[in-house]
Amino acid sequence: MLTTVQDGGRHGHAALGVGSAGAMDVVALRLANLLAGNDENAAALEITLRGPRLRFEDDALVAITGADIQAQCAGEPVVGWRPVMLPAGSELTFGGVSRGARSYLAVAGGIDIAPVLGSRSTDVSARLGGRVLAADDVLAVATPRDPGGRQHRIAAAHWSLDPRPWFDPDPQTPIRVVAGSHFPQLDSASQRALFATALRIDADSNRVGYRLRGATLALREPLELVSAGVVPGTVQLPPGGDPIVLMAEAPTCGGYPRIAQVIAVDLARLAQRRPGDAVRFAETSLEEAQTRYLERERALARIGHLVAERLHE
Amino acid sequence: MSDVRIQALGDCALLLSFGERIDPALNAIALAAAAALRAAALPGVRDIAPAYASICVQYDPRAWADASAEQSPHVRIASRISAIVDNFPMSQTESSAVAIDIPVCYGGEFGPDLDALATHAKLTCAEAIARHCAAQYRVAMLGFAPGFAYLLGLDAALHMPRRATPRVRVPAGSVAIGGAQTGMYPNELPGGWQIIGRTPLTLFSVARDRPCVLVAGQRVRFRAIDADQFAAFAQ
Repeated sequence: MLTTVQDGGRHGHAALGVGSAGAMDVVALRLANLLAGNDENAAALEITLRGPRLRFEDDALVAITGADIQAQCAGEPVVGWRPVMLPAGSELTFGGVSRGARSYLAVAGGIDIAPVLGSRSTDVSARLGGRVLAADDVLAVATPRDPGGRQHRIAAAHWSLDPRPWFDPDPQTPIRVVAGSHFPQLDSASQRALFATALRIDADSNRVGYRLRGATLALREPLELVSAGVVPGTVQLPPGGDPIVLMAEAPTCGGYPRIAQVIAVDLARLAQRRPGDAVRFAETSLEEAQTRYLERERALARIGHLVAERLHE
Repeated sequence: MSDVRIQALGDCALLLSFGERIDPALNAIALAAAAALRAAALPGVRDIAPAYASICVQYDPRAWADASAEQSPHVRIASRISAIVDNFPMSQTESSAVAIDIPVCYGGEFGPDLDALATHAKLTCAEAIARHCAAQYRVAMLGFAPGFAYLLGLDAALHMPRRATPRVRVPAGSVAIGGAQTGMYPNELPGGWQIIGRTPLTLFSVARDRPCVLVAGQRVRFRAIDADQFAAFAQ
């Protein structure tokens, strides 16, 4: 169990060796925030596999998205993908994640911890910023920017978002990648294996990266590379032959061959897989990847407007 | 400045590559080009980070979407970047003329691999220290961890392969050698480099306006101090 404070990421400091961190499933984070009436990249809780028990000292409008997780308040299940008003004194008890890996809890106003280099994200591996939740932690919540939501004295909205376009727990769904700079240097069997094999996420996987097992990939000949930039989604090939997909806490640079890049739209989906799950890569073009990205952003903007209207009704 | 290769790093980033080797001249070009790109303040650019001989630019494709969709955001930003790096003045380097002085207590508990380095280099420990302090270094890039600076300029006599087994914990401030590179661990980190000393300076702190003592292009010199001076500094 790991619950951390995450936001849209700590951007703009890679030149200092500071990576972005931020939510693994950034789409689920954004939707949770929209449902809670927040800026979409506000700080929220990222709950991994199993959730905490939280007591709210004040009334709070909350929203849960991402992985399917058991959540209860006063003996009633708390439904995900919709705004829910919790009265002061409520205890929100999370259980385990049944499908997916990471759930997000946004609270109207956003989690108010001190930003570090402009972000409240927790970079767990770099021990930078944010907060890893521990028993008895107290988290402040900022005043909601839009008190309209709070005036809703409802237990829960009567509508919710359809999670299907945004949450796909099926590990058989291919993860689309664009071939990386060094893909042509893979030997031909490895080039085929990268797309033909159902790889498996190793137990040794975390917010930094997913190590994939099942196909030992090899280069035609050794490559002498100097360290260059990498980003979340970069698929690196260390000498052992097991590819690693860098995730939210990707380092800012790496010296291993970059054989592929998970497209942004599918990186959020990959973040919902857990150790033991399958990963099957499918190749797509850069143009297609960017088209899908723009499409996703248009859809999220539309949802943002619709949800904002509903919260004001 | 036509020797740059621009490659997509997925749909939200691209890499400008000036070569595939550790070379002060290529690094100077990468740093100067990064400065020119920053000055251009291109829309939608989230991050510009130079490395040894490359620059990683992260961007939001929305800012480069063409309503007619004739060209992908990548094609559009790449052509704009290409125009900038083909024409930037080399005087725009971030390299500072004044070297920053890094006090280092070499050997002993602070530098457990100094003896091995001296043996490897067929020098006495004092000679190895003198050579490490004599060179003029420049920060090529930061990476690996927040504030970790990779320095160019290590005396060839002091080149030494990484340790066969990396250490799980290298203390903050450790000064180390890995192959042809030398650098400092800003925080306690795992690491495979040969640890030859430690600086009492706090290399990375988000409590400061400028979190990093060292930034890319910064000139650096090491100065040997003894354990008493180290203790005095650390206070």
